[in-house]
Amino acid sequence: MHRYIVSRLLLVIPTLLGAAALVFILMRLIPGDICLVRLGSGGTTFSTQALAACHAEIGIDKPWLLQFWNFLWGLARGDFGISMWSGKPVIQEIATRFPISLEVAVMATLIAISIAIPLGTISALKQNSWIDLAVRTFSIAGIATPAFWLGIISILLVLDVSQAITGHPWMPSIDYVPIWKDPVRNLSIVMLPAITVGYRYAAVSMRMTRSAMLEVLREDYIRTARAKGLLEKIVINRHALKNALLPVVTVIGIEFAFLIGGLVVTEQVFNLNGIGRLMVQAVQNQDYTLTQALVMLTVTLAVLSNLVVDLFYAWLDPRIRLR
Amino acid sequence: MTDIAPTPTGAAVFADDGYVAPRGIWSAVKRFFVRQPVGMIGIVLVAIFGIAGITADWIAPYNPTSNDFAAMTEAPSWAHWLGTDQLGRDILSRILFGARTAFIVGMTSAVVGGFSGLVLGVGSAYFGGRVDLLLQRILDIVMSFPLIIMALAVVSIFGTGVQNVIIAITIPLIPRCARVVRSSALAIREVPYVDAARALGYSHSRIILNHMVPNVVAPFLIMLTSFVGQAILAEASLSYLGLGVQEPVAAWGLMLQGGAEEYASTAPWIAIFPGLAIMLTVFGINLFGDALRDELDPKMRER
Amino acid sequence: MHLVMRLAIAGAALVLGAGLGQADTPKHGGTLTYMIPSDAPPSLDGHRETTYATIHTAAPFYSVLIRINPENPSSTTDFVCDLCTAMPQPTDDGKTYTFKILSGVKFHDGSPLTAYDVAKSWQEIMFPDEGLLSPRQANFMMVDKVEATDATTVVFHLKYATTAFLPALADPFAWIYEKAILDKDPHWYEKNIMGSGPFKFAGYEIGQSIKGVRNPDYYHAGLPYLDGFIGIFAAKQATRIDALRADRAAIEFRGFPPSARDELVGALGDKIAVQESDWNCGSVVTINEKVKPFDDVRVRRALTLAIDRWGSAPALSKIADVKTVGSIVFPGSPLAPNKDELTSIAGFGADIEKSRAEAKRLLKEAGQENLTFELLNRAVDQPYKFVGIWAVDDWSKIGVKATQKVLPTGPWFEAERSGNFAVDLQANCHSVVNPLIDVQPYLPTSVSEQNYGNYEDPEEMDLYNKALHEIDPAKQHAAMFQFTKHVMDTQAHKVMMAWWYRIVPYRSYLKGWKISPSHYINQDLATIWLDQ
Repeated sequence: MHRYIVSRLLLVIPTLLGAAALVFILMRLIPGDICLVRLGSGGTTFSTQALAACHAEIGIDKPWLLQFWNFLWGLARGDFGISMWSGKPVIQEIATRFPISLEVAVMATLIAISIAIPLGTISALKQNSWIDLAVRTFSIAGIATPAFWLGIISILLVLDVSQAITGHPWMPSIDYVPIWKDPVRNLSIVMLPAITVGYRYAAVSMRMTRSAMLEVLREDYIRTARAKGLLEKIVINRHALKNALLPVVTVIGIEFAFLIGGLVVTEQVFNLNGIGRLMVQAVQNQDYTLTQALVMLTVTLAVLSNLVVDLFYAWLDPRIRLR
Repeated sequence: MTDIAPTPTGAAVFADDGYVAPRGIWSAVKRFFVRQPVGMIGIVLVAIFGIAGITADWIAPYNPTSNDFAAMTEAPSWAHWLGTDQLGRDILSRILFGARTAFIVGMTSAVVGGFSGLVLGVGSAYFGGRVDLLLQRILDIVMSFPLIIMALAVVSIFGTGVQNVIIAITIPLIPRCARVVRSSALAIREVPYVDAARALGYSHSRIILNHMVPNVVAPFLIMLTSFVGQAILAEASLSYLGLGVQEPVAAWGLMLQGGAEEYASTAPWIAIFPGLAIMLTVFGINLFGDALRDELDPKMRER
Repeated sequence: MHLVMRLAIAGAALVLGAGLGQADTPKHGGTLTYMIPSDAPPSLDGHRETTYATIHTAAPFYSVLIRINPENPSSTTDFVCDLCTAMPQPTDDGKTYTFKILSGVKFHDGSPLTAYDVAKSWQEIMFPDEGLLSPRQANFMMVDKVEATDATTVVFHLKYATTAFLPALADPFAWIYEKAILDKDPHWYEKNIMGSGPFKFAGYEIGQSIKGVRNPDYYHAGLPYLDGFIGIFAAKQATRIDALRADRAAIEFRGFPPSARDELVGALGDKIAVQESDWNCGSVVTINEKVKPFDDVRVRRALTLAIDRWGSAPALSKIADVKTVGSIVFPGSPLAPNKDELTSIAGFGADIEKSRAEAKRLLKEAGQENLTFELLNRAVDQPYKFVGIWAVDDWSKIGVKATQKVLPTGPWFEAERSGNFAVDLQANCHSVVNPLIDVQPYLPTSVSEQNYGNYEDPEEMDLYNKALHEIDPAKQHAAMFQFTKHVMDTQAHKVMMAWWYRIVPYRSYLKGWKISPSHYINQDLATIWLDQ
């Protein structure tokens, strides 16, 4: 097992290095640079002299190799540098946005689990019944609906319905507060985005639960348990669900890691100041340092969650270690 | 990346290591029709939009790109069945032509991404060793890379447009397909007769084509189907971020960008119909995909 | 139908609102929440930046030397003092301007504001030290030097007399900083806020919000009315409209397209007031004359002749924030051509069919009947993409096939600067209306590197210099028209589409704010009060 852990850990290094190189090159292949965006975003024109001053200030006139070395060396020391756009430390930029994305991701996951597991289980138990059909339709629709469209429509519905009922259109506060400062306001902000993300997420997990459950129900030990005349409820709870949940939890875990960086469109629709929106801004502003840091953050999260899953499975199934 | 693209693990649902024996195509199709009525609904939905896309030139009542400033944001009527958008363009016509764009983007991304993944996956599994190790690391990098940044970069480097959107959507599909194909192919590689075939001195290509590829066909087809839907959704998301297909091309995602939000409450038809078109098409594709999976999965079939 | 009626009511409210603003007695107190239509600005330093995002974030914290009269901001000539005691009369044949600085003004840190602070701030803007960024430096080409002769006097010495100086000096970015801080660290103000304006800094959540509280020591007596403000960043328009509709915010100062106004007024009636103005942003097509066949003036003239300005601009104004047909000079300026002059310019005539026939003839003569090209455009909806769709559609009517190539901001600028385009849709946006400075991007490439047209035209320069150095209003108007006609017609260097149109709908309880031709000016919030 130890040897397996070490070899898996070693494999993480080339992935991280590769991702670092990829983002470094990709960003610099984009024509133009942050100074053009910064000076030009006001819709007016500017001089070459101003541009040169900006380049020198930010340090992107240095050779690529040196810049890459500085990036790697910074990473090695845990120093992500300064955002080229705001001049603030990248860590600070990310720390401001992280709690919002994390909160939406956690809530979406809770919503997804509480919908997906019961519905997926029922659907599998009553395979091909009308319940199964309804659940599957609901789930396929969740995967087929563009999340941003759902967001747009739901915001509008809330406004229109509240205006119809009270005469005054209502929408959640637009000034985000952390949950420990004002839980009610916080939840009112995070609820809708969490539901729109959660629905899609639930749809995916529901399908997973259903197929995992179907698989388990075909296993011999369940047949034996049923044959022994055990109560159906006990069979399901004690045996089937427990075993079926393993792959489901895995999926949820990996999805979660991706979710934090994957809320891009949702954060856009709901104007949430999160990591996903920051990513879009960073690329559009051509802020190399910030984009690089964000990529390394999400890549690390993804790689780590995969690693944990792999190690977990290896621990469960010794044969994997030998492959 | 749940919004922009497809879930990283969604594909795992389709992973299946069982060996599927090749059989006659026609009998399989016939069997599918009889056994999967729900899948048929999916096929019908897809066919409706597919035919609309192909015949748009003849059936669309208006030119989808010509502005009519005298008929801006008109509600649905006999003249404009689904109303007009903010530039006075007929929404029905744009949805019909948009179907063409959607299928071009969806099919091309799925086929290119799928087949690249197939080649890489089978190759990786067959050759094993260093080739496998290297390929897996590269795929790891692409898999863990935030897709939005990849898509933003592709579009920023090459500019927006149908081709570049297809590139941006296709890249992330490749490793996900390669992964699944590889694991299916690995299973067969360890089957003794492949070793036997090698020992007999069969060529690489013969072993790969005759023995490994048929075995991965089932998960591959299922994945290919789901890729079409995912690509259509990804195009919509990219367009929403302003990075998709460009005006004045008729495309569903593009129809939802700008206009949809801006006019959502005063002219809701601008937002609703293109969204429905996307939803129904992807819904149809997924229904079909599910049926296909049930049909191709031997464990499911025995029930 | 309802919408039309409600619009009519709102229109009445607009007029009434303006009138009532005068009659009502302003109330003190309350906190204003407004939307800032952008993501986080690059820095908080007005001397460095060009984006309104910086202004809308930090202007309430700062004072300036002079400004457009906040009571009359739609004027293009009514300049008043902020930190000075009286607007000076120039001496030395119009070449020296001497400003007396208000005494007793304090920075928020308690230190006194003197002429040395004012002079140092202007020095940094007009003559930045090596390596320091000052994007508007070129606006002050007429300035020889600036100095503080004592603690209450600042003197500007010009190289030549020109009417372009005062409007340039009213630059809304030219915040007065503390000399001691600038001397120590010229970059300090990029990340910190410390001014002498109506509000004191109270907090900044990057990308989320900016907060300010009333400055009790403000030197304009009785101001500001508000206890404080919160500015919320929201780059997405739909969020801002929704926030106004649900009264989560009272106003967004930049401007909405007409659809947003109609939606808000339709939903809320007289709870929404609207102010509208021509906007000092011209939509202009730049032609790269290094690319064939655009070196041929006949082809360029054909492109401008094809545009149906009088027909399409009013229609487009229902969906996009462009409206007024005009020349390269802001339509509200005394230097802008009058209607007769304007209609004499190619493509501005009343008979579009005649213009298009002429365009087709010119293309045929130039052998370019099947002209096809790519129109470079910026990936921004309002109004770039709309105007782009309009241009492409109108060009198709003279048989020219154009397709749009849309790029995000950075790559778009890069394509422009490297000349990697044939035809390009630009916006020429400025703050204080100052036509002589604002037309700089239309001067030949060797004079103005901001002109991406890549041409030389000595005759154009002669015409420009005549207008620049002319002081007599009537003669200057005539000189400016000659220049305008040369650029737009004779040489057809630029194809003017339509001027942007600023529409600001807001909650009608917000009072004391007046619209101006620029979203950069009149943003210190001092005169705003809430009628609640």
